[in-house]
Amino acid sequence: MYRYDNFDRQFLSDRNAEFRDQVARRLAGDLTEDEFKPLRLMNGLYLQLHAYMLRVAIPYGVLSPKQLRRLAEVARRWDRGFGHWTTRQNIQFNWIELVDTPDILDSLADVDMHALQTSGNCIRNVTADPLAGAAADEIEDPRVWAEILRQWSTLHPEFSFLPRKFKFAITGALEDRAAVLFHDIGLRIVAGPGGSRGFQVFVGGGQGRTPYVGQEIRGFLDQRHLLSYVEAILRVYNLHGRRDNIYKARIKILVNALGIDAFRQEVDAEWERIRDSVTDLPDSEVRRIRAHFSPPELPQRGQQADVFAGRRESDPAFARWVRTNVVAHKKADYAIVTVAFKEPGRAPGDVTADEMETVADLAERFSADELRVTYQQNLVLPHVARADLIALYDALGGVGLADGSQDTITDIIACPGLDYCNLANARSIPVALAITERFKDTKRVDEIGPLRLNISGCINACGHHHAGHIGILGVDKKGTEHYQITLGGSGADDAAVGSILGRSFPAEEVPDAIEKIVDTYMDLRRNGESFLMTQRRLGNAPFKEALYGTR
Amino acid sequence: MPSIVTANRLRDGVVVFLTANGSWSEDISEARVAADKSETATLEADGQISLDDQSVVSLYPMDVAIEGGKPRPISVREKIRAAHDITF
Repeated sequence: MYRYDNFDRQFLSDRNAEFRDQVARRLAGDLTEDEFKPLRLMNGLYLQLHAYMLRVAIPYGVLSPKQLRRLAEVARRWDRGFGHWTTRQNIQFNWIELVDTPDILDSLADVDMHALQTSGNCIRNVTADPLAGAAADEIEDPRVWAEILRQWSTLHPEFSFLPRKFKFAITGALEDRAAVLFHDIGLRIVAGPGGSRGFQVFVGGGQGRTPYVGQEIRGFLDQRHLLSYVEAILRVYNLHGRRDNIYKARIKILVNALGIDAFRQEVDAEWERIRDSVTDLPDSEVRRIRAHFSPPELPQRGQQADVFAGRRESDPAFARWVRTNVVAHKKADYAIVTVAFKEPGRAPGDVTADEMETVADLAERFSADELRVTYQQNLVLPHVARADLIALYDALGGVGLADGSQDTITDIIACPGLDYCNLANARSIPVALAITERFKDTKRVDEIGPLRLNISGCINACGHHHAGHIGILGVDKKGTEHYQITLGGSGADDAAVGSILGRSFPAEEVPDAIEKIVDTYMDLRRNGESFLMTQRRLGNAPFKEALYGTR
Repeated sequence: MPSIVTANRLRDGVVVFLTANGSWSEDISEARVAADKSETATLEADGQISLDDQSVVSLYPMDVAIEGGKPRPISVREKIRAAHDITF
């Protein structure tokens, strides 16, 4: 992973000293809340329902065991002993005091972490394929470019006060596991002519109040032009994005108002002007950053196929875990393992300090000191020898983290909702818990197959409900919490925005409604069809009828 | 509808309610109740003193029900805030 040099450390130290001074001036009354708010937000500090919330950046989801242990320490010392993996590969602490924040940021800086640009109308933490550097289907490790974008965008003077927040996602694999089509700019590394590499560039995707799937603005961008090209996009947006209306300020609105062709023309004109300027990095700098992402040394381990097959045969829970949470690695005798934080009774994505320390230990023991956070609010151990899978599973099982649920109906993405969030209209977590409880029979979950169910507590869509095969949106209906259901969304290669089924339900009716939708799918599916395939073949009509009758 | 004034304490963000003696309490039942619009305006003006001295932030009036002579939150959001805790 990227290792800070003295320049990076000094930069962060200076920045934290500056914020310490700003906090002191706020507490002394020298800064008003209006003056202070943009300063704290640029350092990841929100004021939520019950307390301040600190969102700590985990650049492109990559964590070291040492960093994870420090997050555990923050949770224990300054919070209530737990944190929450976010849907943008970060972590949030929910019970922070303003007076402690400068010390927390210093503590994070000790392990090369910060909370910069996890809020505010700036370029946010860049997200990436959580299997980067490990996946069998990878063309090139996207972390190199994610790190370049991180460095370029950090305190970028021109792009620190954009019309609205701005999110990048990048993948270097054949399969999109980074939801690039739901980002302001989505990047896919693609092969070009003569063995060259470039980016397929998408723009204007996003969820929230007005969801759009991103559109291709450029089919192939030579890698060396990445920074000048995205700078051209950001500059056009910064000039023309609407600052008069917060609901129309994202780049997706501009792209769709102008049309992708007119927007592209604007970008190309600007790019033509700057493409051979100093914006693009020299090859030597790209090489320097690339060197930080050299693959770890993974010794030949063999697969112990007999022992492995025996355990799969004798232990259905292990077999299930292998089926759902273990995927192919670049090296045949290694695998990529998802550690799920979704078992019944757990708020999706919540993680205790003890669990952070346990997983940090396991990453050292089994995964070449590497960890990743996924936008589905789980962790990934990217380099596990297949010969160690049984030992890892047993160690995870010992602390209740061997839930084999990845990409099933109980692998729910949920925002913090009205239990924590100032913007929420309704609670998300209790609804997620009720659905997980309803579908706790793992045999049934296996029969249902892959099904992504996402829940947001308001239209801002932090819980990615638009991209759920089943999406649930909390709304306020005359002072009571109601939930609207959408079907057919996806954040993957077949990205789509789900469509609304019909009238909303009160919380207590949501599990029944979900069960009816699932039962309808089970009745109507053809051989091998997933929920999404059936829904796309038939549309919403049969599900609507199951929920609301034929009226 | 009766109302009270609420805010978050600056130093730790904790939810607080304006009381009869002008101090702030974490306990909603200690909040001073305004019976009508003009009393609410007076309450807000009193709360403004704490905004000005920077001890609280995010001040606003909220409707309450009166049970046993004490103010109680009505909306789900305010019930969660007044409980100072999550609901699951």
